[in-house]
Parts: sequence; C-alpha cells; structure tokens
Amino acid sequence: MIELSQVRKVFHAGRPNEHVAVAGVSLTLEAGRLTVFRGPSGSGKTTLLSLIGCMTRPTSGRIFLQGREITSLPLPFLTDLRRRTFGFIFQQFHLLAKVSVLENVMLPAYPLGESYSALKSRALSWLERLGLAAKAAAKVEWLSGGEAQRVAIARALINGPQVLIADEPTAHLDSHLSQEFMALMADFKTAGTTILIASHDPLVHEAVAVDRVVDLRDGRLVSPESRIC
Amino acid sequence: MARRLHKQRYLLDFALSSLWRRKGKNLALLGVYSLLVFVLASVLFFTQALKREAALVLAASPELIVQKLAAGRHDLIPAAYAERLREIRGVSRVSGRLWGYYYDARVRANYTVMAPEEVAVPEQAVLVGAGIARGRHLSRGSTLTFQGYDGTPRAFQVRGVLSPESELLTADLVLMAAADVRRLFGLAEGLYTDLTVAVNNPREVATVAAKIQELLPDTRPILRDEIRRTYEAAFDWRAGILLSVFSGALLAFLIFAWDKAAGLSAEERREIGILKAMGWETGEVLQLKFWEGAVVSLTAFFMGTLAAYLHVFVAAAPLLAPVLQGWSVLYPRFRLTPFIGLFEVAILFFFTVVPYTAATIVPTWRAAGLEPDQVMRS
Amino acid sequence: MVRKSTLFFAFLTTVVLALGLALGEARLRVRGELPYLRQEVMVVKTLQLTDLCLATEARHTRHPSQADWHSAFQSHPAALDHFPSGSIIPPPENVRRGYGPQAP
Ligand SMILES: Nc1ncnc2c1ncn2[C@@H]1O[C@H](COP(=O)(O)OP(=O)(O)OP(=O)(O)O)[C@@H](O)[C@H]1O
Ligand SMILES: [Mg+2]
Repeated sequence: MIELSQVRKVFHAGRPNEHVAVAGVSLTLEAGRLTVFRGPSGSGKTTLLSLIGCMTRPTSGRIFLQGREITSLPLPFLTDLRRRTFGFIFQQFHLLAKVSVLENVMLPAYPLGESYSALKSRALSWLERLGLAAKAAAKVEWLSGGEAQRVAIARALINGPQVLIADEPTAHLDSHLSQEFMALMADFKTAGTTILIASHDPLVHEAVAVDRVVDLRDGRLVSPESRIC
Repeated sequence: MARRLHKQRYLLDFALSSLWRRKGKNLALLGVYSLLVFVLASVLFFTQALKREAALVLAASPELIVQKLAAGRHDLIPAAYAERLREIRGVSRVSGRLWGYYYDARVRANYTVMAPEEVAVPEQAVLVGAGIARGRHLSRGSTLTFQGYDGTPRAFQVRGVLSPESELLTADLVLMAAADVRRLFGLAEGLYTDLTVAVNNPREVATVAAKIQELLPDTRPILRDEIRRTYEAAFDWRAGILLSVFSGALLAFLIFAWDKAAGLSAEERREIGILKAMGWETGEVLQLKFWEGAVVSLTAFFMGTLAAYLHVFVAAAPLLAPVLQGWSVLYPRFRLTPFIGLFEVAILFFFTVVPYTAATIVPTWRAAGLEPDQVMRS
Repeated sequence: MVRKSTLFFAFLTTVVLALGLALGEARLRVRGELPYLRQEVMVVKTLQLTDLCLATEARHTRHPSQADWHSAFQSHPAALDHFPSGSIIPPPENVRRGYGPQAP
C-alpha cells in the first residue's frame, strides 16, 4: 500500500551543516501489517515516518500511496490526504493543556467540518473503547501517563485513518503499559489498520503482533531484514 | 456549504477554548480594551451630539455681526452706523444689540446681561436663566441686586426664569430693559454693543461683509459660519486633548495587545505546531487566530460602545462633561440630544475591531507556516 | 455541556440587540426632542444669540464673536482658545485677511 522509491531527505542541503537524514530508502509496506522501525538514535526513524506521513517532502525519490504518487501533490491535496489517511501518536503525546479530553480528541476533525453530534458521539465512543469515558470532560493535565497516551490514540483515530503512525510510543510508559499499548495496536491491526512504529524498545520489537522489523542505520536500511513473518 | 459553516463553528469553539485557557491575561486585555472603546465612544458621542446641536441651533443666529474697533479693541458702536449699513444692497435688517458681562462675586460667575429687542421686559425687572436661578436660589418674585458701574446697588425683581429646555443657550442670561442695561453699565444713549445684520441672499454674505469693511473701515464683520467653525474646532480640539491625554492608555493597550498577539509565546507556538501536525492547514490556523481576535475585539467593542451610550446619553456624561464642555462656574444642565446613528457606530467599529483583529492574525503568519514535522522533534 | 460557540452567539445576539435598541432609542429621542430644539432655535432667533452657554468664564468661548483683536491668547475671533494651539494653528485665512479691499 505504501511504496518508497530511492527516498532521500537532506537537511540544510548545500550548506556546511548539510545532513543526510534518509539516504535512499526503497521499501514496500503492505496494508494491514504492523511494521516496526528500529535503529540507533539519529538513524532517521522519525524522519522516515514523517516522510511517509506526508508531514514533509523528500529531497528526492518518490513515495506512492495506494499506487498514487504523492511526492508531487500540491500542498492542499497533500494535507487533505494526510488527515484522511494517517493518524499520528507522538512520543510526547502533544496534547493541548487546559483543554478537555474530548476537545483534544475532536481536534483533528475540526477542519473537516462534519456535524457536531456525529463527531462528538464518535469521539465519545473511542474514549469509551479506550476506557476513558469518565474522563471526557477532564482537563488533560490531570491525566496519568497511560491515560494521556490513550487520549493521544483516540485523537489519532478520530478521522478513521488507514495508517497509524507512532513515534517512540512507549518511551514514557512502564513495561506493563507498554504491553497494553502493543495489545491495543494488535487489536487495531486485526481491524485492518496499517501500523508503523518507530522504537528502540525491545518490548515493542518482540511483541507478537509485529509482522516486520525494519532496521535503519545512518539513514539506510540494514539488509537483510531481521524478521519477516 | 454546511461543512464550511460547521468548520467555522468548530474553529470558533476552539478559539473560545484557547482564550479561556489563558483567561487571566485575556480578561485583563478585554477589560483594558473595553475601557478604551468606552472612552473613544464617549468622546465621539459627546462631541458629535454637541456639535450637531450647536450647528442646528446656531443656524438661526444672525448672519453677520458688526463690531466697532477702537485702537484694535472692541468698542461700542454708534447707532448711526446702523443707518449706513442699511444702505448696503442686500441687507434686509440691521439691529443693535445691547449686552455685556456682569461678574457676580457672590457665586463667582459671569452673567450675560442682555436687552432683548423682541421680548418686552419692564423696567427694574429681569428674566434670568435657569443656571443663575439655581446658583442664586431665585424664583419668580425674588429680588436680584446688581452693583452698577458707579457702585450704586440696583434691585431688580425676577419676573420669571427662562425655560430650562433651552439652558444650553440661556443658563447665564439676564434679560432686562434696554434703559436698565444702559443705567447699570453706564452706557450712553445711541451706543450699542454690536450690530446684527440680516442678509437677503445667504450667498451674498461675504460680499456684504466686504462692503461693510469698505464703508466702515473701523468695524469688523463676523460671519455666522466663522462662529460655527470655531465651535467645531473647539470641540474637536477638546476631544483631541482628551484623546491625547488618553493616548498613554492607548499606548499601554497597544503594547499589551502586541505582546499578547505578536509575541507568540513558546506555548502558543507549540500549540500551532500540534495543530499543524494534526493536519490543520496554515489557513485554518490563521482562521483560528482570526476568530480569537474577533471574539476579543467584538466583545470589547459592544461592551465599550453600550457603556458609552449609557454614560453619555443616559447619565449625561459625568466623567467627560467637565473636560469636553470646558471649565465653568455655571454649568448649564442640558440633556444631550443623542445625535448618533449607524455611521458613528460604524466608524468606531472600524477603528477598534479591525486593527486589533488584523494585529492578531499578522504575527501568527510565520508560526502558522511551520513545517508540521517540527512537532515530532520536541 | 453547551458548546462555547452557542454561548458566544447568545452573547453576541444580546449585545447586538442592545445596541440596536440604543440606536433606536437615540432616534426616538431625537424625534421627541425636536420641539425643544425648535424652541432653542426660536430663542436664538428672538434674542439674536450667537453662542452656546457652555463655559461662562471664558468669554471668547461663551462669545467668540466678542473677542478683542489684540488681547493675550486671543488673536482672532475664530482662533482656538487653548493656549499653545492658538499660537500654532492660525484662524481661517479669510478671517485673517478680512473682507475689505485694503486687505493685503
Ligand atoms: N530539521 C532538521 N534539521 C537538521 N537536521 C535534522 C532535522 N531533523 C532531523 N535532523 C537530523 O536528521 C537525523 C535523523 O533524525 P531522526 O530524528 O529521524 O532520527 P531518529 O532515528 O528518530 O533518532 P531518535 O531515535 O533519537 O529519535 C539526525 O541526525 C537529526 O539531527
Ligand atoms: Mg526519533
């Protein structure tokens, strides 16, 4: 479903501090699979995920989404594609403080302009499925780390994405919560969502739901791939 | 279409949430902003109402006044001058006005003593303005004593108090018979304070004034238009003084607003980053900021304007009148006719809401253009 | 939980209505005061007044038409009566020129 062809991302190109973060990656990611990107710090995991998630454009190379080339799409189309296709979970959760849990979850859907009642009931049902129904009106800063992450997950799911992208999702969780997170991801995978995770955490690599681990080093794939199920 | 409406409504919802999140700062801003609109609106309403009323009422005053000058100073004018003026073509009527100022040491106020031509006042009687009646506790039948030019006290019986409806014009007037005015001030028969000239064709006033100056080189004609302009200038000037005194507050507000709007805090920058990462477009972030600015400025505009209306036209401008009206001992009590309409309100709207809203959007421009992937690295 | 935008719309509707009422009242009051204004016009006409009675102490404000030509802070009948301004902003050109042919 996602295909990368010779994708490069160079920061500060042509300047003394030029840095090649992703150096020619070609990769095919199938729909409905859970893929983990692994590699030392600075190996380009985050950069690769933001390239796939249309948050930034590659310096060269092409990315295809369901056979459609997206690298050359004009910005408004790209944004629209991004918010309908991808859901993001960040390492720091990046929830908005002093705003209710419910509003945080609904936030990514605001620009799409659907009716309030539909959006609200969808957000509430996600919160319920994630065991947060009682916290809908609570402020974000009152939440525990695990709750905050589940809010971030609900937010990532609100637009019904086909692809869920998580960058270091377990960095702030203890091992029990990390396992819970991976179990949730397994559920979503079963429901047909494609899942991409960048992580150093062995708990993540070793989870049973993981279909594939992609190793990165200095912006390149390390071949052969360690595990393909 | 429905989607667009829903979307704007969501943006408004979120703008309100954002404002509410920093409620301490935003409420303070709103308070200062409303106060600013209140002062601006009060000044505008007050001066506007007074100017319109002055223009309306003084349109009926004599078209031309002729004063005699002696060595460059105002002097009494002989009745014979009136005869000369009547010969000028285009002049329909010339009459002598007999009037002067009387300083009443008891209330430390100046009265305007006048012998009206068209109102018959018996000798040793006066009609007094409502301001004087208040100051000296006079009513019909009381006695009012003036000290004549030669020091002799002269008693007058109050025949009536001028209607309080016209206090804006008559609060300080004392009307008495011409003979009494002459006796009180020691003015010789055949001399007047000045002459008023009515002109057939209003367009000929300047020509007539030129002829007067030619015919009587020691006089000075004063046009009604000039008096009207003086009033406008005086009110505009006072409004200007008030606003410039207030400009300190205005400046403080601007700095405050700028700090709030322009100096996007790290926190706000972070939020914009999150919104971008969540799939918001630059335009949507700007629309959000537009709503934030619009909410604050609309609220301040309506609160300030409504408060100003109540202050000026219901409470008679207790906070502004002393400055805008000028200093005085005998303040006339007059109700301000609310000569304001949509136009004045629209001007206020334009000068308060638009700049602020614009000022909140412009600085967001750069932050809103942040690459969405930036948020992944913080 | 009421949406915040609903509350804001309610607020906005209230204040717009209030301002509308205020402007309406202003209109009615102007109409109601026309008789008094007419009375004021009559007073001006019969007494041949030239000035408003706003500041009774400054004679050039109470009676700008009665100003001397050469007294302190008061150089012209149409000059501003506040100290620095009178010396900065001249009265209208035609006033300074006068009306006679002898004027420069
Ligand atoms: N905006 C940028 N400007 C310059 N260099 C950048 C920028 N973003 C990333 N880099 C560099 O690109 C390289 C890859 O960064 P990236 O964040 O993708 O690594 P990572 O594998 O996610 O690391 P970590 O495991 O520490 O999160 C790093 O050396 C980083 O310094
Ligand atoms: Mg990273």
